[in-house]
Amino acid sequence: MNTTIQLSGAHALIHSIIHEGTDTIFGYPGGNIIPVFDALYDYYNQIHYVLGRHEQGSIHAAQGYARISGKVGVCIVTSGPAATNVITGIGDAMLDSTPLVVITGQVGDTMLGTDAFQEIDMVGITQPITKWCYQIRRPEEIAWAVARAFYIARTGRKGPVVLDFTKNAQNALVTDYRPEKCTFIRSYVPVSKPNMAKIEEAAQLINQAKKPLALVGQGVLLGNAEVELTQFLEKADIPAGWTLLGESALPSDFRLNKGMLGMHGNIAPNLKTNECDVLIAIGMRFDDRVTGDMNTYAKQAKIIHFDIDVAEIGKNIPVDVPVLGDVKTTLPLITQLLKKTSHQEWVNSFAVAERKEKELVIEKEIHPKEGAIKMGEVIAKIADATHNQAVVVTDVGQNQMMAARYSKFAQSNSFITSGGLGTMGFGIPAAIGAKIGAPERTVVLFVGDGGFQMTIQELGTIMQEKVGVKMVILNNNFLGMVRQWQELFYHKRYSSTPMQNPDFVAIAKAYGINAAVVGEREKLDNAIEAMLSDDKAYLLVVNVEDNGLVYPMTPAGTCVTNIIVNGEKIVL
Amino acid sequence: MIELTKDKKLYTVTVFSENTPGLLNQITIIFTRRQLNIETLSVSPSALKGIHKFTITVVTTHDMIEKVVKQIDKRIDVLKAYYNVDEELIFQEIALYKLSTEKVLEMGSIESLIRRYDARVLEMNSTCIVIEKTGLYEETQNLFDELSQTIGVLQFIRSGRVAITKGKVERLSDMLASLENAQ
Repeated sequence: MNTTIQLSGAHALIHSIIHEGTDTIFGYPGGNIIPVFDALYDYYNQIHYVLGRHEQGSIHAAQGYARISGKVGVCIVTSGPAATNVITGIGDAMLDSTPLVVITGQVGDTMLGTDAFQEIDMVGITQPITKWCYQIRRPEEIAWAVARAFYIARTGRKGPVVLDFTKNAQNALVTDYRPEKCTFIRSYVPVSKPNMAKIEEAAQLINQAKKPLALVGQGVLLGNAEVELTQFLEKADIPAGWTLLGESALPSDFRLNKGMLGMHGNIAPNLKTNECDVLIAIGMRFDDRVTGDMNTYAKQAKIIHFDIDVAEIGKNIPVDVPVLGDVKTTLPLITQLLKKTSHQEWVNSFAVAERKEKELVIEKEIHPKEGAIKMGEVIAKIADATHNQAVVVTDVGQNQMMAARYSKFAQSNSFITSGGLGTMGFGIPAAIGAKIGAPERTVVLFVGDGGFQMTIQELGTIMQEKVGVKMVILNNNFLGMVRQWQELFYHKRYSSTPMQNPDFVAIAKAYGINAAVVGEREKLDNAIEAMLSDDKAYLLVVNVEDNGLVYPMTPAGTCVTNIIVNGEKIVL
Repeated sequence: MIELTKDKKLYTVTVFSENTPGLLNQITIIFTRRQLNIETLSVSPSALKGIHKFTITVVTTHDMIEKVVKQIDKRIDVLKAYYNVDEELIFQEIALYKLSTEKVLEMGSIESLIRRYDARVLEMNSTCIVIEKTGLYEETQNLFDELSQTIGVLQFIRSGRVAITKGKVERLSDMLASLENAQ
């Protein structure tokens, strides 16, 4: 592809995308992108094209694919309603730093601004929720714009890029097309050079610390710095909690892994946040779901913040020592300055809260003796049945928090969820994308009865593409997380949360997907075994208790130590 | 006049960017999201070909302006964004005042007014006289107030602030060279 050739803009686009190493594209065709889909027909042996059932499904699938594979997810849709249908996924990818290139069709340049059929101002709409967006109006811009889009999406703090592609530019011939490679943009510094003075300052703080605590975020996964992280933690004997998106960066059985942070996280790391003397944030952004009330958050601690994005430093929590850069580079630099230490007493002190949580919450959730099946029980059983090796995908709500709490991971980068945007309906399509991105792995989706129906149409994609995802509906016939808030904070006024559900098994079967329903504890193990017995798609509907609650819980906006279990504040 | 409080100051944000379409929108929505009203805004080509300069004034806290400027600097096509307080800047605004010729003639002379305010006359015809005044916000406002109370102002327009730092020369070209070297 190094020689100059004459192509249509649509062909040039596909050429450029392939040149970036893309072999899988998600999307949905339509009027203002037909030339691109026509060109795609010529590349069927180089591109696996996954036709979704709704553009939102396609973009979430691209996100799931990007998250599991580390590659840039590519989604191509038409203009107008298709473009607005991918907005949720773009916003989701922006908040969760997922590398995406989204190509939307657009009306021809002479029609721009006239309210033409299926015209929408995509660049105007997506400016606040993309890392970069650009309207390609001439075919000569394609090579440059595509190269730039992929470079921006996958470097620095990763994120979504939109290319809005006018129809005239798709049809026009480009006479001297040559794919480009972008490695530099003068106005864009993806990664700062490590500042050794700051690293030394941070090392000194950690060397003097008696009670250090690390907070692990998705930056570790995005930077492939899992090994560097464990070396750092081991050397200075630092216990670590992780954010929702940082889950699986540390193996579940790692000695210093102290569990999940935040609203429904584990008691110990949340309490210890306000006890530690040095707090070391690594590739995380102090989201309010992690911090609770920011005015009472870790006030006693010196705070060190490792991040790739300078705009995150001091955004929510004042930072004493910022360490800018890629954690894969900065963590080893600081590790070599650390004294080999032991904080045995401090590390062991987490056990008090851990025992309490096990007794008050975990045992009851995963080993109940009687009553209806519990959500946590299902998740723990599936973790066991998959030997902690599965990729776990979730939807949003109780299913997500339960999956985050009770899944176990032996492998890194194995937990895919919509964190920042909290997008219900993310689950099915993201699981499709994850399975396509990692076909050799078992992909298990946990989804509620509500979220399942938000993107239920993607069962069609599973059928057509034969995607072997294992879907588990935790069915409580409620919008469970909202129901939980109503029970706890809104006087049990269950406004718009009870759901009358369809026969999910019949629906799955109509799509040719094997399915079963289980509602009795003694049949659960067999039902799980049946689901995992082959590599085909499968839907297991588990009828769980209808009034399950995710505990512990720190009510929104309150102090990180204000942890409620079974309606009462935890006091150790 | 702009209301300042103990915590809030007037900050001048300077942004250098590539001349790409849509950048003004990208910058202004960052202020909007943080509930900040832009007081003045001026955009023009800079001394360097192909690079645009935005000068934006806004009243806010130090903490907030730090965050907002970082968010602006993060946009891909922004070369550099920074902020200053008034003490660090030389700045000017320009104002135009349209007066009725008839009213001015009734007044007799406007010589002393022109001299006192160091204003100048741009246009004079049978219907209107246009006066130009450059200066600080207060100065252009004072002239407006005096004219309003005496002759009456038919039309009034004031530009956004233009500003340069007192400290050192604008080393954008040096910065660009270092960015290119980083390649």
